[in-house]
Amino acid sequence: MRTEDMLKILHQYREDAIVIPGRGGNHWIKMSTKPERDLAFRGTAMGGRSSFALGLALARPDEKIILLDSEGDILMGLGALATIADKRPSNLYHFILDNECYATTGGQPVPNAKKIRYDLLAQGAGYPSSHAFDELDDFSSNIEAILNEPGPVFVSAKVEPENVNEPIATRRRWQTRSNEQVIVDFKNALGPRAA
Amino acid sequence: MTEEQALLSPEVVVQDLKENGVTHVVWLPDSETNFLYMLMKEEPKLDLVPVGREGNAFSTAAGLSVGGAKPVILIQNTGMMESGDSMRGWALALNIPIVIMIGYRGWTRHGKTQDTAAIYIEPFLNAFNIKYFLIENNDDAPRISWAFEEAEKTQRPVAVLIGDEYHGFHR
Ligand SMILES: Cc1ncc(C[n+]2csc(CCOP(=O)(O)OP(=O)(O)O)c2C)c(N)n1
Repeated sequence: MRTEDMLKILHQYREDAIVIPGRGGNHWIKMSTKPERDLAFRGTAMGGRSSFALGLALARPDEKIILLDSEGDILMGLGALATIADKRPSNLYHFILDNECYATTGGQPVPNAKKIRYDLLAQGAGYPSSHAFDELDDFSSNIEAILNEPGPVFVSAKVEPENVNEPIATRRRWQTRSNEQVIVDFKNALGPRAA
Repeated sequence: MTEEQALLSPEVVVQDLKENGVTHVVWLPDSETNFLYMLMKEEPKLDLVPVGREGNAFSTAAGLSVGGAKPVILIQNTGMMESGDSMRGWALALNIPIVIMIGYRGWTRHGKTQDTAAIYIEPFLNAFNIKYFLIENNDDAPRISWAFEEAEKTQRPVAVLIGDEYHGFHR
Protein backbone atom coordinates (compact mmCIF):
# COMPACT_ATOMS: atom_id res chain seq x y z
CA MET A 1 0.00 0.00 0.00
CA ARG A 2 1.01 3.62 -0.33
CA THR A 3 1.81 5.40 2.90
CA GLU A 4 -0.32 8.36 1.92
CA ASP A 5 -3.39 6.20 1.29
CA MET A 6 -2.92 4.35 4.54
CA LEU A 7 -2.57 7.56 6.52
CA LYS A 8 -5.66 9.05 4.91
CA ILE A 9 -7.65 6.15 6.27
CA LEU A 10 -6.03 6.34 9.68
CA HIS A 11 -6.74 10.05 9.76
CA GLN A 12 -10.48 9.42 9.49
CA TYR A 13 -10.37 7.65 12.84
CA ARG A 14 -7.89 9.86 14.62
CA GLU A 15 -10.37 11.84 16.71
CA ASP A 16 -8.33 13.61 19.41
CA ALA A 17 -5.37 11.25 19.46
CA ILE A 18 -1.83 12.55 19.80
CA VAL A 19 0.12 11.48 16.70
CA ILE A 20 3.86 10.90 16.42
CA PRO A 21 4.04 10.69 12.64
CA GLY A 22 7.66 9.54 12.24
CA ARG A 23 8.63 8.86 8.67
CA GLY A 24 5.06 9.32 7.53
CA GLY A 25 5.24 12.93 8.68
CA ASN A 26 5.59 14.51 5.23
CA HIS A 27 2.17 13.09 4.30
CA TRP A 28 0.62 13.46 7.71
CA ILE A 29 1.17 17.19 8.15
CA LYS A 30 -0.70 17.85 4.91
CA MET A 31 -3.84 16.09 6.13
CA SER A 32 -3.76 16.71 9.88
CA THR A 33 -6.35 19.10 11.23
CA LYS A 34 -4.82 19.10 14.72
CA PRO A 35 -1.17 20.08 14.25
CA GLU A 36 -0.91 21.03 17.92
CA ARG A 37 -1.41 17.35 18.72
CA ASP A 38 1.21 16.18 16.22
CA LEU A 39 4.74 15.59 17.48
CA ALA A 40 6.89 15.81 14.36
CA PHE A 41 10.45 16.63 15.32
CA ARG A 42 13.65 17.39 13.47
CA GLY A 43 16.99 15.79 14.18
CA THR A 44 16.00 13.19 16.76
CA ALA A 45 17.96 9.93 17.04
CA MET A 46 17.11 6.66 15.32
CA GLY A 47 16.07 3.78 17.53
CA GLY A 48 14.10 5.77 20.09
CA ARG A 49 10.79 6.64 18.54
CA SER A 50 8.83 3.86 20.23
CA SER A 51 10.40 4.60 23.62
CA PHE A 52 9.51 8.25 23.23
CA ALA A 53 5.91 7.26 22.56
CA LEU A 54 5.98 4.98 25.59
CA GLY A 55 7.16 7.81 27.82
CA LEU A 56 4.42 10.04 26.51
CA ALA A 57 1.79 7.33 26.96
CA LEU A 58 2.87 6.85 30.58
CA ALA A 59 2.87 10.57 31.30
CA ARG A 60 -0.58 11.02 29.73
CA PRO A 61 -2.60 7.90 30.42
CA ASP A 62 -5.84 9.66 29.49
CA GLU A 63 -4.74 10.54 25.97
CA LYS A 64 -4.67 8.14 23.05
CA ILE A 65 -1.22 8.00 21.45
CA ILE A 66 -0.80 6.92 17.82
CA LEU A 67 2.79 6.20 16.86
CA LEU A 68 3.88 5.78 13.24
CA ASP A 69 7.12 3.90 13.63
CA SER A 70 9.38 2.44 10.93
CA GLU A 71 11.17 -0.86 10.71
CA GLY A 72 14.66 0.64 10.58
CA ASP A 73 13.95 2.49 13.80
CA ILE A 74 12.49 -0.57 15.52
CA LEU A 75 15.51 -2.66 14.59
CA MET A 76 17.77 -0.15 16.31
CA GLY A 77 15.97 -0.44 19.64
CA LEU A 78 14.20 -3.78 19.74
CA GLY A 79 14.32 -3.94 23.53
CA ALA A 80 11.78 -1.13 23.60
CA LEU A 81 9.14 -3.70 22.63
CA ALA A 82 9.77 -5.53 25.90
CA THR A 83 9.58 -2.34 27.95
CA ILE A 84 6.32 -1.35 26.27
CA ALA A 85 4.88 -4.81 26.92
CA ASP A 86 6.08 -4.58 30.53
CA LYS A 87 4.46 -1.21 31.21
CA ARG A 88 1.38 -2.10 29.14
CA PRO A 89 0.14 1.42 28.35
CA SER A 90 -3.50 0.88 27.38
CA ASN A 91 -3.46 4.15 25.40
CA LEU A 92 -0.61 3.30 22.98
CA TYR A 93 -1.24 2.31 19.33
CA HIS A 94 2.05 1.35 17.75
CA PHE A 95 1.99 1.28 13.93
CA ILE A 96 4.99 0.59 11.80
CA LEU A 97 5.42 1.62 8.20
CA ASP A 98 7.38 -1.35 6.92
CA ASN A 99 8.89 -0.45 3.56
CA GLU A 100 11.57 -3.18 3.92
CA CYS A 101 14.36 -0.64 3.50
CA TYR A 102 16.14 2.47 4.69
CA ALA A 103 14.28 4.72 2.28
CA THR A 104 15.67 7.92 3.71
CA THR A 105 19.22 6.89 2.84
CA GLY A 106 18.48 5.61 -0.65
CA GLY A 107 16.56 2.39 -0.15
CA GLN A 108 19.10 -0.14 1.05
CA PRO A 109 17.35 -3.26 2.47
CA VAL A 110 17.15 -3.63 6.26
CA PRO A 111 18.52 -6.93 7.65
CA ASN A 112 16.39 -9.85 6.51
CA ALA A 113 14.00 -7.33 5.00
CA LYS A 114 11.65 -9.73 3.22
CA LYS A 115 11.29 -12.40 5.87
CA ILE A 116 11.28 -10.69 9.24
CA ARG A 117 7.85 -10.48 10.93
CA TYR A 118 7.57 -7.45 13.16
CA ASP A 119 4.10 -8.38 14.34
CA LEU A 120 5.54 -11.61 15.71
CA LEU A 121 8.42 -9.77 17.38
CA ALA A 122 5.90 -7.55 19.15
CA GLN A 123 3.76 -10.52 20.08
CA GLY A 124 6.80 -12.39 21.35
CA ALA A 125 7.82 -9.38 23.41
CA GLY A 126 4.45 -9.55 25.11
CA TYR A 127 2.13 -7.09 23.37
CA PRO A 128 -1.40 -8.25 24.12
CA SER A 129 -2.47 -7.54 20.56
CA SER A 130 -0.59 -7.52 17.27
CA HIS A 131 -1.68 -7.26 13.63
CA ALA A 132 -0.09 -7.24 10.18
CA PHE A 133 -1.51 -5.86 6.92
CA ASP A 134 -0.26 -6.10 3.35
CA GLU A 135 -3.32 -4.67 1.63
CA LEU A 136 -5.02 -1.34 2.05
CA ASP A 137 -8.53 -2.83 1.89
CA ASP A 138 -7.77 -5.15 4.73
CA PHE A 139 -6.23 -2.35 6.78
CA SER A 140 -9.19 -0.16 6.04
CA SER A 141 -11.78 -2.65 7.21
CA ASN A 142 -10.00 -3.35 10.49
CA ILE A 143 -8.62 -0.02 11.62
CA GLU A 144 -11.66 1.22 13.49
CA ALA A 145 -11.87 -1.93 15.62
CA ILE A 146 -8.14 -1.84 16.26
CA LEU A 147 -8.29 1.69 17.60
CA ASN A 148 -10.97 0.55 20.01
CA GLU A 149 -8.88 -2.28 21.43
CA PRO A 150 -7.12 -1.66 24.73
CA GLY A 151 -3.43 -0.96 24.12
CA PRO A 152 -0.67 -1.53 23.70
CA VAL A 153 -1.56 -2.63 20.19
CA PHE A 154 0.97 -3.30 17.44
CA VAL A 155 0.12 -2.88 13.77
CA SER A 156 2.62 -3.64 11.07
CA ALA A 157 1.75 -2.33 7.59
CA LYS A 158 3.67 -3.05 4.39
CA VAL A 159 4.14 0.19 2.48
CA GLU A 160 5.89 1.12 -0.75
CA PRO A 161 9.27 2.75 -0.21
CA GLU A 162 9.64 6.42 -1.10
CA ASN A 163 13.37 6.51 -1.55
CA VAL A 164 15.31 9.70 -1.17
CA ASN A 165 18.69 9.87 -2.77
CA GLU A 166 20.10 13.34 -2.25
CA PRO A 167 22.75 14.69 0.07
CA ILE A 168 21.19 15.75 3.35
CA ALA A 169 22.11 19.41 2.94
CA THR A 170 20.13 19.75 -0.31
CA ARG A 171 16.92 18.19 0.99
CA ARG A 172 13.91 20.30 1.79
CA ARG A 173 12.58 19.81 5.30
CA TRP A 174 8.90 19.03 5.47
CA GLN A 175 8.63 20.13 9.11
CA THR A 176 7.24 23.62 9.32
CA ARG A 177 7.86 24.31 13.03
CA SER A 178 10.97 24.16 15.21
CA ASN A 179 11.15 21.46 17.92
CA GLU A 180 10.69 24.19 20.55
CA GLN A 181 7.52 25.41 18.85
CA VAL A 182 6.13 21.88 18.47
CA ILE A 183 6.56 21.30 22.21
CA VAL A 184 5.13 24.69 23.21
CA ASP A 185 2.07 24.20 20.99
CA PHE A 186 1.62 20.69 22.32
CA LYS A 187 1.85 21.68 25.97
CA ASN A 188 -0.57 24.54 25.44
CA ALA A 189 -3.06 22.23 23.75
CA LEU A 190 -2.87 19.57 26.47
CA GLY A 191 -2.65 21.72 29.56
CA PRO A 192 -0.95 20.60 32.75
CA ARG A 193 -0.61 16.93 33.58
CA ALA A 194 -2.84 15.60 36.35
CA ALA A 195 -0.73 14.89 39.44
CA MET B 1 34.20 10.85 59.11
CA THR B 2 32.33 7.92 60.56
CA GLU B 3 31.82 4.70 58.68
CA GLU B 4 28.15 5.66 58.18
CA GLN B 5 28.95 8.98 56.54
CA ALA B 6 31.49 7.39 54.25
CA LEU B 7 28.72 5.70 52.30
CA LEU B 8 25.94 6.94 50.14
CA SER B 9 22.78 5.39 51.49
CA PRO B 10 19.95 4.47 49.16
CA GLU B 11 17.42 6.08 51.54
CA VAL B 12 19.09 9.45 50.99
CA VAL B 13 18.96 9.06 47.22
CA VAL B 14 15.27 8.08 47.22
CA GLN B 15 14.47 10.99 49.54
CA ASP B 16 16.25 13.40 47.17
CA LEU B 17 14.36 12.08 44.17
CA LYS B 18 11.05 12.53 45.97
CA GLU B 19 11.91 16.02 47.19
CA ASN B 20 12.72 17.02 43.64
CA GLY B 21 9.33 15.87 42.42
CA VAL B 22 10.54 12.91 40.38
CA THR B 23 7.67 10.84 38.99
CA HIS B 24 9.47 8.13 36.96
CA VAL B 25 12.84 6.41 37.23
CA VAL B 26 13.97 5.18 33.82
CA TRP B 27 16.74 2.75 34.49
CA LEU B 28 18.95 -0.21 33.78
CA PRO B 29 20.72 -1.77 36.76
CA ASP B 30 24.41 -1.42 37.47
CA SER B 31 26.53 -3.54 39.74
CA GLU B 32 25.54 -1.92 43.01
CA THR B 33 22.01 -0.58 42.68
CA ASN B 34 19.97 -3.46 44.03
CA PHE B 35 19.32 -1.91 47.45
CA LEU B 36 18.20 1.26 45.74
CA TYR B 37 15.98 -0.78 43.43
CA MET B 38 14.29 -2.54 46.33
CA LEU B 39 13.55 0.79 48.02
CA MET B 40 12.28 2.41 44.84
CA LYS B 41 10.02 -0.54 44.12
CA GLU B 42 8.25 0.03 47.43
CA GLU B 43 7.90 3.76 46.87
CA PRO B 44 4.44 4.54 45.48
CA LYS B 45 5.53 7.98 44.28
CA LEU B 46 8.15 6.57 41.91
CA ASP B 47 7.19 4.61 38.80
CA LEU B 48 10.05 2.44 37.55
CA VAL B 49 10.52 2.08 33.80
CA PRO B 50 13.06 -0.64 32.98
CA VAL B 51 14.80 -0.32 29.61
CA GLY B 52 16.74 -3.02 27.77
CA ARG B 53 19.37 -0.63 26.48
CA GLU B 54 20.40 2.72 27.94
CA GLY B 55 19.92 4.71 24.74
CA ASN B 56 16.22 4.01 25.06
CA ALA B 57 16.26 5.63 28.50
CA PHE B 58 16.82 9.01 26.86
CA SER B 59 13.93 8.71 24.40
CA THR B 60 11.64 7.33 27.11
CA ALA B 61 12.56 10.18 29.44
CA ALA B 62 12.01 12.70 26.64
CA GLY B 63 8.48 11.35 26.08
CA LEU B 64 7.75 11.52 29.79
CA SER B 65 9.07 15.05 30.03
CA VAL B 66 7.19 16.35 26.98
CA GLY B 67 4.08 14.79 28.53
CA GLY B 68 4.63 16.82 31.70
CA ALA B 69 6.07 14.14 34.00
CA LYS B 70 9.46 14.45 35.73
CA PRO B 71 11.72 11.50 34.97
CA VAL B 72 15.23 10.76 36.15
CA ILE B 73 17.61 8.37 34.39
CA LEU B 74 19.62 5.88 36.46
CA ILE B 75 22.33 3.99 34.56
CA GLN B 76 26.01 2.97 34.71
CA ASN B 77 28.85 4.89 33.02
CA THR B 78 29.08 2.08 30.46
CA GLY B 79 25.44 2.69 29.53
CA MET B 80 25.95 6.44 29.39
CA MET B 81 28.58 5.93 26.70
CA GLU B 82 26.24 3.59 24.85
CA SER B 83 23.66 6.40 24.77
CA GLY B 84 25.56 9.14 22.94
CA ASP B 85 23.37 9.60 19.88
CA SER B 86 20.17 9.09 21.85
CA MET B 87 21.11 11.82 24.29
CA ARG B 88 21.96 14.09 21.38
CA GLY B 89 18.77 13.42 19.47
CA TRP B 90 16.24 13.09 22.28
CA ALA B 91 17.53 15.16 25.18
CA LEU B 92 19.69 17.89 23.63
CA ALA B 93 17.64 18.36 20.43
CA LEU B 94 14.40 18.67 22.42
CA ASN B 95 15.81 20.71 25.36
CA ILE B 96 14.86 18.11 27.94
CA PRO B 97 15.83 19.08 31.52
CA ILE B 98 16.82 15.60 32.66
CA VAL B 99 19.05 14.50 35.52
CA ILE B 100 21.12 11.42 34.71
CA MET B 101 22.40 9.50 37.73
CA ILE B 102 25.40 7.51 36.63
CA GLY B 103 27.09 4.70 38.54
CA TYR B 104 30.78 5.55 38.24
CA ARG B 105 32.23 2.08 37.77
CA GLY B 106 35.95 2.10 38.40
CA TRP B 107 36.07 5.43 40.24
CA THR B 108 38.89 5.68 42.76
CA ARG B 109 40.79 8.40 44.57
CA HIS B 110 43.81 6.16 44.92
CA GLY B 111 46.29 5.62 42.12
CA LYS B 112 45.21 4.98 38.56
CA THR B 113 41.98 3.26 37.72
CA GLN B 114 42.34 0.37 35.30
CA ASP B 115 38.70 0.46 34.32
CA THR B 116 38.14 1.98 30.88
CA ALA B 117 34.51 2.71 31.84
CA ALA B 118 35.95 5.17 34.38
CA ILE B 119 38.74 6.45 32.14
CA TYR B 120 36.41 7.59 29.37
CA ILE B 121 33.26 8.78 31.13
CA GLU B 122 34.33 12.32 32.04
CA PRO B 123 35.86 13.05 28.60
CA PHE B 124 32.63 11.67 27.13
CA LEU B 125 30.43 14.03 29.16
CA ASN B 126 32.74 16.93 28.37
CA ALA B 127 32.54 16.16 24.65
CA PHE B 128 28.76 16.62 24.84
CA ASN B 129 29.11 19.66 27.10
CA ILE B 130 27.17 17.94 29.86
CA LYS B 131 27.68 19.47 33.29
CA TYR B 132 28.24 16.91 36.04
CA PHE B 133 28.49 16.63 39.82
CA LEU B 134 30.35 13.88 41.67
CA ILE B 135 28.83 12.38 44.79
CA GLU B 136 30.70 9.94 46.98
CA ASN B 137 28.77 9.88 50.26
CA ASN B 138 25.75 11.26 52.11
CA ASP B 139 27.46 14.59 52.70
CA ASP B 140 27.54 15.14 48.96
CA ALA B 141 23.85 14.38 48.52
CA PRO B 142 22.75 18.05 48.22
CA ARG B 143 24.49 17.99 44.86
CA ILE B 144 21.60 15.89 43.58
CA SER B 145 19.28 18.85 44.13
CA TRP B 146 21.81 21.18 42.51
CA ALA B 147 21.72 18.95 39.46
CA PHE B 148 17.94 19.24 39.27
CA GLU B 149 18.18 23.03 39.58
CA GLU B 150 20.84 23.20 36.89
CA ALA B 151 18.82 21.01 34.51
CA GLU B 152 15.75 23.20 35.00
CA LYS B 153 17.72 26.40 34.55
CA THR B 154 19.51 25.28 31.40
CA GLN B 155 16.82 22.93 29.96
CA ARG B 156 19.58 20.41 29.33
CA PRO B 157 20.69 17.06 30.68
CA VAL B 158 22.86 17.27 33.81
CA ALA B 159 24.75 14.27 35.20
CA VAL B 160 25.37 13.08 38.75
CA LEU B 161 28.32 10.71 38.90
CA ILE B 162 27.93 8.29 41.78
CA GLY B 163 31.53 7.70 42.73
CA ASP B 164 30.77 5.20 45.42
CA GLU B 165 29.98 2.43 43.10
CA TYR B 166 32.11 -0.38 44.42
CA HIS B 167 30.36 -0.18 47.75
CA GLY B 168 27.69 2.35 46.91
CA PHE B 169 24.12 1.86 47.96
CA HIS B 170 25.05 -0.93 50.34
CA ARG B 171 23.89 -0.59 53.88
C1 LIG C 1 22.21 5.94 14.53
C2 LIG C 1 21.96 6.25 13.09
N1 LIG C 1 22.46 5.43 12.14
C3 LIG C 1 22.23 5.69 10.83
C4 LIG C 1 21.52 6.80 10.46
C5 LIG C 1 21.31 7.12 9.00
N2 LIG C 1 19.91 7.00 8.63
C6 LIG C 1 19.10 8.08 8.50
S1 LIG C 1 17.57 7.68 8.03
C7 LIG C 1 17.93 6.04 7.97
C8 LIG C 1 16.92 5.05 7.54
C9 LIG C 1 15.66 5.03 8.35
O1 LIG C 1 14.94 3.86 8.05
P1 LIG C 1 13.47 3.63 8.56
O2 LIG C 1 13.39 4.05 9.97
O3 LIG C 1 13.05 2.26 8.21
O4 LIG C 1 12.60 4.70 7.74
P2 LIG C 1 12.56 4.92 6.14
O5 LIG C 1 13.72 5.81 5.81
O6 LIG C 1 12.63 3.60 5.48
O7 LIG C 1 11.26 5.62 5.91
C10 LIG C 1 19.26 5.82 8.32
C11 LIG C 1 19.90 4.50 8.37
C12 LIG C 1 21.04 7.64 11.49
N3 LIG C 1 20.33 8.73 11.25
N4 LIG C 1 21.28 7.32 12.79
